[in-house]
Amino acid sequence: MNIPDLLKCLTSSSCFITQLSSAIVIAMFLFLAASGLSLIFGVLGIGNFAHGSFYMVGAYLTYTVVSKFECFWLALILAPIGVGLLGLIVERLLIRRIYGEPHLYQFLLTFGLLLVLDDIVRLIYGFTFKSIETPKIFMQRPLFFLGSPIPLYYIFVFIMGTLVALGLWFILSKTKTGKTINAAASDPEILETLGVDVRLIYSLVFAMGAMLAGFGGFLSSPILSATPGLGSSIIIESFIVMVIGGVGSVGGTLIASILIGLSRSFGIIGFPDFELGFVFFLVMVVLIARPWGIFGRPLQ
Amino acid sequence: MNFIKSNSWLIALMGLLLLFPLFSPSLSYIDNITEILIMALFGVSLNLLLSYTGLLSLGHCAFFAIGSYTTGIFLRESSFSILLALFSGCVLSGIFALFMGYFCTRLTRFYFAFLTLAFSQIIYVIIIRWGRFTGGLQGLIGGIPKPPIVLFEWVIDVSQRLNFYYFTVLLVCISFILCKVITDSPFGWVLRYIRENAFRAQFIGINVRKYQVIIFVIAGIFGAIAGGLSALNINGSYPEHAHWLKGADPIFMILIGGMKNFAGPIVGAGVFIFLNTFISSHTKFLPLFLGMILIFIVIFARMGIVDFFVVKRDIWRKALLGRKSKYRSGEKY
Repeated sequence: MNIPDLLKCLTSSSCFITQLSSAIVIAMFLFLAASGLSLIFGVLGIGNFAHGSFYMVGAYLTYTVVSKFECFWLALILAPIGVGLLGLIVERLLIRRIYGEPHLYQFLLTFGLLLVLDDIVRLIYGFTFKSIETPKIFMQRPLFFLGSPIPLYYIFVFIMGTLVALGLWFILSKTKTGKTINAAASDPEILETLGVDVRLIYSLVFAMGAMLAGFGGFLSSPILSATPGLGSSIIIESFIVMVIGGVGSVGGTLIASILIGLSRSFGIIGFPDFELGFVFFLVMVVLIARPWGIFGRPLQ
Repeated sequence: MNFIKSNSWLIALMGLLLLFPLFSPSLSYIDNITEILIMALFGVSLNLLLSYTGLLSLGHCAFFAIGSYTTGIFLRESSFSILLALFSGCVLSGIFALFMGYFCTRLTRFYFAFLTLAFSQIIYVIIIRWGRFTGGLQGLIGGIPKPPIVLFEWVIDVSQRLNFYYFTVLLVCISFILCKVITDSPFGWVLRYIRENAFRAQFIGINVRKYQVIIFVIAGIFGAIAGGLSALNINGSYPEHAHWLKGADPIFMILIGGMKNFAGPIVGAGVFIFLNTFISSHTKFLPLFLGMILIFIVIFARMGIVDFFVVKRDIWRKALLGRKSKYRSGEKY
């Protein structure tokens, strides 16, 4: 435990701002990964262990687009769509067969998918990481806030993440599609009797979740690079965020992502030895005290 | 006597394993069989939770790692004998299992599974960070001393591969027999009842949580034995053993072998290790093929190998022996 250093950082404006900005960036990536996971789990009831791999595929697609077309902004459109398509295919071929099945088979199928996707990127792209350059626009002098430099790209990530969060919240609560999705999460049988094609909703939701993850991968690629281990490393944290925030709640996922981002960023200073374990400790506390998370619905 | 009749296959297996080296021309398979037996024990211990009680524990690797590291550390740092080090591993693992089981059984289904995973990753982090004893990311390299086991007048040097083989066979088979006794006992049948409908079990007065915690501890103890034997077998312990990606291996084994029979994980372990060795020797993309096989099994071929043959055997018995056969429609598992 290194409380003196932690307090020193919290009181020093430059250290505080630096750590805070990196915390927010981590939180944005986590939010994008976990919101899709939460959506899928809430509506389809599937704990998708391959979700981190969708995130990773987003990063790799960004690499491919950038190296072929030299245009980062093209990847902003193509990478999420590509991952969304992948999600659609996966849902139609694989996920459909395990709806309502015991959780063991859900875990095993998505775990098998994780193995396959992780190795496919090794097959196509090789075993080492692929780096993506931060676009030139962001390579100018950083913004100075309270005396500390914040890379422009971080600001971009923050804006993008907030836009997605707002957009997601808006779609889910204010549009007819969103309300249909909510209905599918609560009672798909009745919804089907009302004439809605619930299977289509399921495909749509899965593709949406995959797209969110793909967008997260795209956004994170200049900072985290595209590595084969990206998928399996982010999936556990995504589940942690989903559990802490509450399944199906955009606000909860956002708050939980920020919480995890802060604990990662300041935890490195305060308790460097156990920083990795702190997030697991957090989720254990939540699961023991309040399993449905911050904004989730209490379990039966 | 009844036990020997209904579990003759287990006794026969034990006899086969013990006598096999005497008749086999080459002893090159000893190492493979040792590894398979250790993994089989790991799988059987998880099966107690998975197939008999219906608890999907994704964190079982924690017990394996605790057993492995405890045995290794005690043998390196203190003058414990092998048996005492293994026993310490079981004790530590059992205590952790008690703690873990108490909290995890408050939840159900996905949340239960995920909490077990979180517990196991805490162990993973502890192993990585407690470098002084565990060697951090590198693990316990440098070997694990194997002091000879002194039993009355015999001195058994376990560092010899053949002697270690017999030691493993004995320990693993005794564990199998103990596990079989547990699963065939009234206690085991209560577990099956809990698996089928925990709510109804609670309703008729069974303290479901108590049974779940007890079987958690038992599974933890046997998992630790497997871990300790593994540490001795590969002469080291590594943090990967506690990582959740490896923790899915025994579930894969159980799925391949069959979830409705005690021998499922044993056969599954053999098939799994064979697959690993076979695929790795042809390509470096092992996870790709394992993943595809896993997906295929889940979608098309959920019946395990042992289950398949048991069903065939029962059908033949019914056909050949008619009313005298032991086959009843409606399986008991």
